[in-house]
Amino acid sequence: MNPGYELPQDEAGYSFGFLDEFAKREIRRTLLKAISIPGYQTPYASREMPMGRGFGTGGLQLTLSLIGPGDTLKVIDQGADDSVNAVNLRHFVELTCPGVDTTERTHEATLIQSRHRIPERALTEQQVLVLQVPYPDPLVIVEPSEARRKVMHGEGDYSRLLTKLYEDIVQFDEITISHRYPTRINGHYVIDPSPIPRYDVPRLHQSRALVLLGAGREKKIYAVPPYTDAMPLVFDDVPFRIEDFRDGQGHRRACSRCGATDSFLDEMIADDGSKTWQCSDSDYCNETLATRTAQIEVTA
Amino acid sequence: MKKILEVRGLSKIHGQGCAHCYESTGPEMDTNLCPHCGSVVAAHGVSFELHAGEILGIMGESGSGKSTVVKTLFFDDAPSAGEAVFFDGEQQRSLFALNAAEQRWLRNHRFGMVYQNPHLGLNFNVSAGGNIAERLLMSDLTHYGQIRERASMLLARTEVLPERMDESPKQFSGGMQQRVQIAKALATQPPLLFLDEVTTGLDLSVQARILDLILEIQQELRTAMIVVTHDLGVIRLLAGRTLVMKYGRVIESGLTDQILEDPQHAYTQRLVASAL
Repeated sequence: MNPGYELPQDEAGYSFGFLDEFAKREIRRTLLKAISIPGYQTPYASREMPMGRGFGTGGLQLTLSLIGPGDTLKVIDQGADDSVNAVNLRHFVELTCPGVDTTERTHEATLIQSRHRIPERALTEQQVLVLQVPYPDPLVIVEPSEARRKVMHGEGDYSRLLTKLYEDIVQFDEITISHRYPTRINGHYVIDPSPIPRYDVPRLHQSRALVLLGAGREKKIYAVPPYTDAMPLVFDDVPFRIEDFRDGQGHRRACSRCGATDSFLDEMIADDGSKTWQCSDSDYCNETLATRTAQIEVTA
Repeated sequence: MKKILEVRGLSKIHGQGCAHCYESTGPEMDTNLCPHCGSVVAAHGVSFELHAGEILGIMGESGSGKSTVVKTLFFDDAPSAGEAVFFDGEQQRSLFALNAAEQRWLRNHRFGMVYQNPHLGLNFNVSAGGNIAERLLMSDLTHYGQIRERASMLLARTEVLPERMDESPKQFSGGMQQRVQIAKALATQPPLLFLDEVTTGLDLSVQARILDLILEIQQELRTAMIVVTHDLGVIRLLAGRTLVMKYGRVIESGLTDQILEDPQHAYTQRLVASAL
């Protein structure tokens, strides 16, 4: 070891945002390209993070290279702010990014990193949504070779993906993809919008907020820029359907906690086998509950 | 008659090739392996014309380059030299000068291919109907109801029971798989169809029915076809004109009757004599 060499150390022992400046710059450049070509899977050198690949390293690298002092970060895991993945990622950012605020409120956040949900509350032009992506390429189910998939994307050749949907309708009378629904961005590239439920896919269409998708393990970044078309892949005569949460009688189920009937619901199965439904977006649930409680107090 | 395809000096060399490849291979040299560089001259100087509604036969032994010609025309393989012009209505398209996307478009919209091995032409992971749907989707039809209707019509036309359209081709017999392939190739009503050894490996009665079907389609739709086979019977039944190939060269061409009744080249004479 060279005794004259000293490790540059700041207080935390790492540079701001954990990643070194070169890594951040590369990711930002990749982001510019990804935004310029909506839906194109831009390759980048995904760095090692102090967590396993597949635990949101792609999203985290995006967040860390975008965040700065003055930003307010919200981290969601399947809609909830308090599940393990969200808590740990938030903690990691608090540790490595001094001066950054964190929040659980959707409307307070400037940057939202999310695992598999888009918040119920409509996002604004001032917000950026980062989605963690496990499998970036929708064509992977029909074509194993990445070189050929690249050509297919380039030529806009998605017939084999549509054949898969055709087979679904033949076998099950409807398209059975529940999440990762292939979505065409700006009329050309079809993306895997990360495992968001179908319910969230229409939110990508003409979204006010910039939506960034990062796949750490697969080393790809892609984007749905603001006010860009995002159309789920469908047949002309078979419309795209989202989850409708109807019970046996055809009534829309309500959240058992806050009573909301306009949110994506999680099914909870109790020990005795009985089922209840609750908002998947914990912030939205809290908000609705608070409004309702306030109303009850006013009337009482 | 309207010309649909014109091929000039088509050549294909597998390997690096050298200056002596062409002169040191061919029927006269009795080889298609270049002794100087070890490359295989699969086809050289193949020229022909094809008219609308016509069936052209390409005959020759294994390795004579007959499949190579069809493969380059269907863009499965890139040629080493030569040109081919496809007459598409008013337009003329020089096949080998097109970019990959244009070639794919032409392949999906204007050409059809039936391979000897159904595994090349069909996707065995989807149903028979799905295979036809794939081809219709490639040609930009995205209406589920219409796709279903067209697929079941095509399968009925090629005598595959439409009730079995949602089954995997894996469960079909060889003859039925071939029929599904033909239905798939015909899905977009292409003006030009390539048939590469379609009846090879099928039993005689099945062969006869497939050949009948091909003839009927040709009469009905006026589809131009290039039929590649080593079977003289198939050539006699289907083809109006025939090319005979050996070691990558066309050694004889003309009306099928003429070639079969009065072969000029020694190889063709042997071929005809051995079969009849």
